[in-house]
Amino acid sequence: MDQPRFTGVDEVIGRLETAGYLADDSIATVVHLADRLAKPLLVEGPAGVGKTELAKAVAHAIGSPIVRLQCYEGVDESKALYEWNYKKQLLRIQAGQDSSWDELSEDIFSEPFLLERPVLKAIRSTEPVVLLIDEVDKLDFEAEALLLEVLSDWQITIPEMGTLAATRLPFVVLTSNNERELSEALKRRCLYLYLDYPTVEREKEIVLRKVPNIHATLAEQVVRLVASIRELELKKAPSIAETLDWAQTLLHLDIQALDDTTVDRTLPVLLKFQSDLEKARTHLKLTPGAG
Amino acid sequence: MLARLLELTHALRDAGIPVAISESIDALDAVRHIDPTNREPFRSALAATMIKDQAQRPAFDTLFDLYFGTGRGPAGDEDRDAAEGGTTRDELLGELLAALRAGDDAALRDIARRAVGRFGRLEGTGSREWYSNYEVLRTLDPNTLLERLQAEIDETDLSPLEVQVLRDEFERRMRAFRAAVLADTRRRVAEYRGPEAVASYAVRPLPEDLNFLSATADMADLRRAIRPLARKLATRIALKRRHARRGQLDIRRTIRHSLSTGGVPFDTSFKHRAPHRPELFILCDVSSSVARFARFALMLTHALSAQFSRVRSFAFVDAIDEVTRFFEHEDFVAAVDRMNEEASVVWDDGHSDYGSIIERFLELYGRDVGPKATLLILGDARTNYRARRAEALKELADRAHHTYWLNPEPISDWDTGDSAASEYAAVVDQMIEVRNLRQLEDFIERRL
Repeated sequence: MDQPRFTGVDEVIGRLETAGYLADDSIATVVHLADRLAKPLLVEGPAGVGKTELAKAVAHAIGSPIVRLQCYEGVDESKALYEWNYKKQLLRIQAGQDSSWDELSEDIFSEPFLLERPVLKAIRSTEPVVLLIDEVDKLDFEAEALLLEVLSDWQITIPEMGTLAATRLPFVVLTSNNERELSEALKRRCLYLYLDYPTVEREKEIVLRKVPNIHATLAEQVVRLVASIRELELKKAPSIAETLDWAQTLLHLDIQALDDTTVDRTLPVLLKFQSDLEKARTHLKLTPGAG
Repeated sequence: MLARLLELTHALRDAGIPVAISESIDALDAVRHIDPTNREPFRSALAATMIKDQAQRPAFDTLFDLYFGTGRGPAGDEDRDAAEGGTTRDELLGELLAALRAGDDAALRDIARRAVGRFGRLEGTGSREWYSNYEVLRTLDPNTLLERLQAEIDETDLSPLEVQVLRDEFERRMRAFRAAVLADTRRRVAEYRGPEAVASYAVRPLPEDLNFLSATADMADLRRAIRPLARKLATRIALKRRHARRGQLDIRRTIRHSLSTGGVPFDTSFKHRAPHRPELFILCDVSSSVARFARFALMLTHALSAQFSRVRSFAFVDAIDEVTRFFEHEDFVAAVDRMNEEASVVWDDGHSDYGSIIERFLELYGRDVGPKATLLILGDARTNYRARRAEALKELADRAHHTYWLNPEPISDWDTGDSAASEYAAVVDQMIEVRNLRQLEDFIERRL
């Protein structure tokens, strides 16, 4: 069994903060547990609340490289786990015309002919790594099953070769936008963390940290307004990333305090759909057409 | 603690949340690694291991509070405090207003607890103690408070923008206060009656399970559930169609792939077949008895319109009107409102008249219904004792590829009174009971 990476919840908060990620207590608790229980961490939540960031911050905090599997429809075992190097195998067959079939088949299905894909790479790495399986909900249903063996037993079975077990247990983070329901089997193997939009106070801290030079009063105005907008029923509520973009924009425009006109003019940084923009403008009682 | 944890597991299962055995073992494992006397980490640990879907979180939080208390002393002490300290209603109101202005969450929770102790108690005989959040809210009257706060900010010289932001904040805090009052009420009742007594009624059903026809169903919850549901459904339908049938061998791509393996075609590629995208005709009864169901069905199908070659919708009561135009823009909530105001669906007395509607539809739009069309009829099939004209429906059904009737009434009520359910069911492909979003989702996925 590997050494735990963190000693306690407080240390998780401290080290993630050094890595540039402001974790609240529940995030830190779940990260701590994922480490102690050696279980994968499934992070779900709306787009742009820092799911992928969390994985990167954990990697940074424990000083491990990150191995990333970006999921999309059509990912199969040859892209996620491993692949046989056909070209090399063909060369070997052509080069060894006189060796016997048994020798040959033994030889071409051995390690030198194996191409490591992210999951196998993370398992076989001799140093601890963070395996990030990003947007796992984009995977086809069948491909999801490929991950099950890794996630519960930390091993991969290759029919031609046998079972490869992990040398060091990776810290696994799966992220999902909830585009489709993940299978029970996958969820059961993971710890679940839902990242929601942060509270006004926490978002203010994030803005202050990520947008240096911003004045505290402006930061507060920004996050309070964003919180107000998120109350509406929108197609796409503003994410943390968009709040930061907005704060950055205001800073570049050299704006000290928010008023109707600046909000009206810069609102498109926050909202990307015309219908959402109109809704927000009506709600905030901005005079239409001023932008 | 083990016993409590198992009780919580059972309560979760009773509330319809499947907690696997391995998950409760994980939960036990997890609590070894955290400080169980510190409540919030303890809650996070249990949630992370037992709950795998955010929609289940409110139910979990409610049950967690019941089984693991809110971390304060026994209720008896608090009551003594309340009785001795004798905070008056006005003092409490003053504190509440201050906390709402300042946005002090801890103070809000504290006030909620004291308010329940002071005003929430229903006097009973002997041990029959009961608490009611309704009593507390009646005494404190949150709406008047909000009005007072808003009057205050209206008097200041803030811009309308700032006023609106403040107003939203007050509302948010007031919601938190109401929730705190409710949670504390439940906790006190649970302390007297045991958590099981409260658990059975405290957990609200998931939005998918809310009954369309019941008056208590929370509209906002249902509306919010629509978009994610539509998104998931669209992904699933698209996926199913893509995987459904593979076409012929794609020789060009197979050869191209084989180049990387020295001309040996290891991997074969197949062409995709063009998916069958039905043309959807939706006939919606929007009379008051089933209006709510019709609205959700319309929203959901239009949210899915990319999956169909065309969606046309018609609303009727005792007259019929095409309402597709209202749904061309993305905002379905507004679309439904406009439909209610502008579409001419009432001609006579505002009671559904299925027979003449079906005839009228056949006459006006019948020629558009062809072999590519799928016809959906949404309504309770209650004809108000008017002519049923099942033969007209049969003619429509013959022209269309498929005809389905979605009925929001429970099957047991079909054919009672003026319902013509089985007569219509006989001429369409199928009549299906659709009482909640889950059934609607299931129907769309399997049949369309």
